[in-house]
Amino acid sequence: MQVPADDEVYEALADATLRAYREAVIRLPPDVLRVIRKAAAAETNPVAHGEFANIVKNIMEAERLGVPMCQDTGVPVVYLTIPPAVPLTSGLYTSVAEGVRRATREIPLRPNVVDPLTRHNTGDNSGMGMPAIHLKPGKRFTVTVLPKGAGAENMSRIAMLLPSQKDQVEKFVVETVYLAGSRPCPPVIIGVGIGGTFDGAAALAKEALLGRVDTMTDFEEQVLCAVNRLGIGPMGLGGDFTALAVKVKTAGCHTASLPVAVNIQCWANRHATAEVER
Amino acid sequence: MSTQPIQLHTPLGVEVLVLKAGDHIELSGIVYTARDEAHLRMGEKGIPFDPDGAVIYHCGPVIHNDKVIAAGPTTSARMNELSGFLIDKGVRGLIGKGGMGEMVRGQLKGKGVYFAFTGGCAALAASHMALKGVFYEDLGMAEAVWVIKLDRLPLVVGIDAHGNDIFEAARINAEKAFRSYSGKPCSGSQ
Repeated sequence: MQVPADDEVYEALADATLRAYREAVIRLPPDVLRVIRKAAAAETNPVAHGEFANIVKNIMEAERLGVPMCQDTGVPVVYLTIPPAVPLTSGLYTSVAEGVRRATREIPLRPNVVDPLTRHNTGDNSGMGMPAIHLKPGKRFTVTVLPKGAGAENMSRIAMLLPSQKDQVEKFVVETVYLAGSRPCPPVIIGVGIGGTFDGAAALAKEALLGRVDTMTDFEEQVLCAVNRLGIGPMGLGGDFTALAVKVKTAGCHTASLPVAVNIQCWANRHATAEVER
Repeated sequence: MSTQPIQLHTPLGVEVLVLKAGDHIELSGIVYTARDEAHLRMGEKGIPFDPDGAVIYHCGPVIHNDKVIAAGPTTSARMNELSGFLIDKGVRGLIGKGGMGEMVRGQLKGKGVYFAFTGGCAALAASHMALKGVFYEDLGMAEAVWVIKLDRLPLVVGIDAHGNDIFEAARINAEKAFRSYSGKPCSGSQ
């Protein structure tokens, strides 16, 4: 198999990153749209019904005008799948960062990335370890962009439960949504990571947000039902739908541990994947 | 929705005093965006526009080539301690997301209302807006006071002039529900 020249690969990767970013901030994935529309139709609270109407109209306006659906265009979280023919080099990282900078200028995105302590804004959504890039081997060469807004991300939590507390996982999720209240722009989508290590559980919770939200396991349905009993409703104004979906990912963990991470995502569960075209 | 939204135009007057928490309205006319920094400066140096009947929008918009590109609401609670002087000077409406604290609820009594606009709906907001001017541009795009003309922006009354607050009502219900959490299998919303 012929390996293409590095420059070509890098240019194609930067271009695919820009394409995925544009798609992600302007259009929601079909499964996310489906759960929003389903909830909008089922909601019985009149105020909440109005909130859903605005959300659905907003999604259509973003697409019609070709502009981001929310002014918080997030920080870049990027997942790459790398086929065997593409060598793992630092060039992959710099190319994704270049794609993020182009996306910031061309879409445009709000520059959100700052130094954590001086709060100096890098101005282009890259630098200081951003974008966050996660790599996996794969058959195809793809880039997935998950722009993560701060309102919902800030409400996320992690717990190191005891192995004897496995019945407390659901309560921890419900408590997290309760404490968040109106702040994460509900109705939310909830990514839950169970098991792994302290850091691994958080990574699982975020990856869970990439799963199809219009299909859930019995456990996920059960947690969703328990969350929605809170009645916080869209934007905290009260209603049947505080959350639209719960997605769980698990991994093996230490016999003495039970890490549980909850990554909260607003209704705009933005993510898109682009093929790197060589 | 069973009823038509109530049409309101800025500057607002005593008509806001009869609004009830939960009413759907559509707002037209001039509003002024303001976040933390703008509130602090207005408190120190005075309000750069006529506050009588004015409406403040808690928002840090994306402006490009003199056009509003994206302008969803920001979290109003950050302005809890910063809004009293505006209401005292005649401001009759605040727009934002997430509701405000007990103090603002008291300050609005008999004077004005808090309108909720749906979080994240930046494109929808922009399609109801025309840019008319700016104050404090040196504060940067997000913190400047943008003068924006609304054309029927769909809002809901979150806190009315009688102390009714639907955010607070939802918070109290959620607290009750959480306290009575049993872990029993759940089905349906009740």
